[in-house]
Amino acid sequence: MAYDKFNILTSTGVPLPIENVDTDQIIPARFLKATKREAFGDNLFRDWRYNADNTPKQDFVLNNPIYSGKILVGGTNFGSGSSREHAAWAIYDYGFRCVVSSFFADIFKNNAINMGILPVQVSPAFLEKIFLAIEADPTTEFIVSLPEQTITISATGEKESFDINGYKKNNLLNGFDDIDYLQAMKSDIATFAAAKAV
Amino acid sequence: MDICKIIQKTFSMTSKPGTLFDKVWDAHVVRKIEDGPDVFFIDRHFIHEVTSPVAFLGLETRGIKVMFPEHTFATADHNTPTINQHLPVEDPLSANQLKALEQNSAKYGISHWGLGNPKNGIVHVVGPENGITLPGMTIVCGDSHTSTHGAFGAIAFGIGTSEVEMVLSSQCIMQPKPLKMRINVNGVLGKAVTPKDVTLYIISKLTTAGATGYFVEYAGDVFEKMSMEGRMTVCNMSIEMGARGGMIAPDETTFSYINGRELAPKGEAWDKALAYWKTLKTDAGAAFDVEYNFDAADIEPMITYGTNPGMGMGISKSIPKGADLKGGTATYEKSLNYMGFHEEDQMIGKKVDYVFIGSCTNGRIEDFRAFASIVKGRKKADHVTAWVVPGSHIVEQQIKEEGILDILTEAGFLLRQPGCSACLAMNDDKVPAGKYAVSTSNRNFEGRQGPGSRTLLASPLVAAAAAVTGFVTDPRDLM
Repeated sequence: MAYDKFNILTSTGVPLPIENVDTDQIIPARFLKATKREAFGDNLFRDWRYNADNTPKQDFVLNNPIYSGKILVGGTNFGSGSSREHAAWAIYDYGFRCVVSSFFADIFKNNAINMGILPVQVSPAFLEKIFLAIEADPTTEFIVSLPEQTITISATGEKESFDINGYKKNNLLNGFDDIDYLQAMKSDIATFAAAKAV
Repeated sequence: MDICKIIQKTFSMTSKPGTLFDKVWDAHVVRKIEDGPDVFFIDRHFIHEVTSPVAFLGLETRGIKVMFPEHTFATADHNTPTINQHLPVEDPLSANQLKALEQNSAKYGISHWGLGNPKNGIVHVVGPENGITLPGMTIVCGDSHTSTHGAFGAIAFGIGTSEVEMVLSSQCIMQPKPLKMRINVNGVLGKAVTPKDVTLYIISKLTTAGATGYFVEYAGDVFEKMSMEGRMTVCNMSIEMGARGGMIAPDETTFSYINGRELAPKGEAWDKALAYWKTLKTDAGAAFDVEYNFDAADIEPMITYGTNPGMGMGISKSIPKGADLKGGTATYEKSLNYMGFHEEDQMIGKKVDYVFIGSCTNGRIEDFRAFASIVKGRKKADHVTAWVVPGSHIVEQQIKEEGILDILTEAGFLLRQPGCSACLAMNDDKVPAGKYAVSTSNRNFEGRQGPGSRTLLASPLVAAAAAVTGFVTDPRDLM
C-alpha cells in the first residue's frame, strides 16, 4: 500500500520553538481510542491548542493565522516519549509533510518516515536561522529537496544538507513501502525462521 | 542449525570480543540492506488494544495474513477500567477498541488475554510473569516501554503501528542497528534507594535525550544484585532517556525467575535453552560507542519536579536553577510554570493530592511490598486520593496471598484491578487539572495523567510516604 511520494517540497514553515516536544503533547492519550486512521489532525497539540472548554488558545502558533504551511519546525528532541504512531498521523492529517528539528527521538522518526512524513534534521545553528527567518517574515519559503538531501531558506539562499539512508530515501521518492518489501522476501524469512527455531 | 550453533559459528569466525547486544542482534538479521536498515527477525510480539487496530486494518486492506500467529500475544491493558471489570465497559470508544482486539485475535489465531482472563494485565508485566519473555530473544510491541523485557537479556523495544503491521505480516521489521552504550553502576545503594531511584538518577544525569540513538547495557554490581522486578523497572525507563531499549545480561537471578513459569521451556528444552542463555554476556574487551560510570553511593531517593523524566533530583535537594542546566531556559521556565514550582524550591513538604502506585514501571509484587512496608500501621492522609493498581491479576493474587491487601485495607487504601490506569489516563483514572500526583509511573509530561495534571515521578517508597503524610516526604524518615 503505497503512500504519497515525496520529492521537492516548497512551503512556508510553522514555528514551534519548544524543546523536548513529546508525543503526549502531539496527541494526548485520550484521543487514541479510534480503530481507524481518521481525523487525528483535529486533536494535534490538543492541550496546547485548546482550552478546557474547547475554545482556541490564541497564543498557540496553530491558532495564529499568520503562520501556515506544510513544514513544522520544532525545537530539539522532537517526538520523544510514547511510540504512538498516532502522533505522526496527527501531524500528517493536519497537513504537514515535513518536520524540521535539530534532533529527533528514534521511534517518532521511524514512524514519520513509515507514513511519508520527511523528518529533516539540521544543525542547531541552522535551526535557529530557520526560526529567525520565520520570525522576520512568516511568508518565507523553505525548499526541502529529498533528491539532493538539502533544505534551503529561499529568502537568503542559505542551505544545509540532511541525512537519510538510501533505502528509505528511495521508498519516499517512489511511494514504496516496507511491507511490500517484506512480503517479497517471505520465503527467505520462512527459511530463517525454520533454521532458527529455538 | 539451531541458534547456539549459529552463535558459536559467528564467534569462531570472528575472534573480536562481542557485546551482549551484538550477539543477540546479529543472530536476528535476516538480511542486511545496503545503505539501509536490517531486516530484523522478531521472536515475540505483544499487542494491545490501542496500537494494533489500524495494523489489522492494513492487513485486511492488503489481503494478507498473519505469518506466525503463535509468536504474537494480545492483552488488553491501556484502555481498561480498574474497577468493576466484570461489567460492560462504559466508554463506547474504549469498548470498541477492546472488542476489536478480541475479534482480530480470534480471526488470526492469536492468543488473547482480555478483561476477566486470569492472565490479563499490563503487557510488560504479563509477558515476563508467564515465561513468554526469555533471554536472547527479540521482542517488540507497539508501546515504548517494551524496553522492560530487556531485563532478561532480550533486545526489546517499542515500535509504531506500521511496524506492528510488518511484524504481523512478516515477523520482521526494518531497523537500523543502534549504537551501543554501557552504563555501569557500582557500589552499595543507600537506605530507601530502589531501582526506580537508580533509573531516575541515571536519566537526570543523561537527560531525556541523552541516550537517543543508542541501545543500553546496564552493568555493574548494583544490577547484578538487583531482583528481576528491579531490573525490569530500570530497563523499562530506558526509553525515558531516549534509548531504544536497555538490557542486562542474564544470570542465575534471571534463570531462577524464569524456571517453572507457564510458557517457559521445560525438561530437555530448558537444558538446551539454559546452555545458550549462559553464553549471553558481553565479552571482556568488547567495545561500546559510549560508556558511563556512576557510584551507587551518590544516589538518594529521587523525585521529579518538571515535565520530563530527566528533570529529577534527590528528594532532599532543591529545584536546580535553569542556568545550571544544559538546554534552553525558555523550555525550563515553561516547565516550572506548568508545575507551579520555582527555582530553588524544596520538594519536601509540597502538598500532594493524588498518589498512584502501579504501571509497567512499578506494578509488580516487589513494588507493593515496598509500598506496604511504609503504610503498615499508618493511615492514608485524608486529602489524598490513592490509586493502588496491580500490574496483573497474578500480582493482584500475590498481594492477597502475602497479606499486603490486609495492610492496605487497614490503612484506608482500596486495591483496584489491573491495567495501565493513571499512567496515561486513557480510562477514568485521571488526575484533575492543577492537582499534584506522586506517581510510580514513567512519564511526567504535561497532561500525561489527565489534562492539566502535575506529576511527580518517584519510587513506591516515596509514593507511600506521600500517601500517608499527604506531602512530599523523605521515606527514610518513616523507616
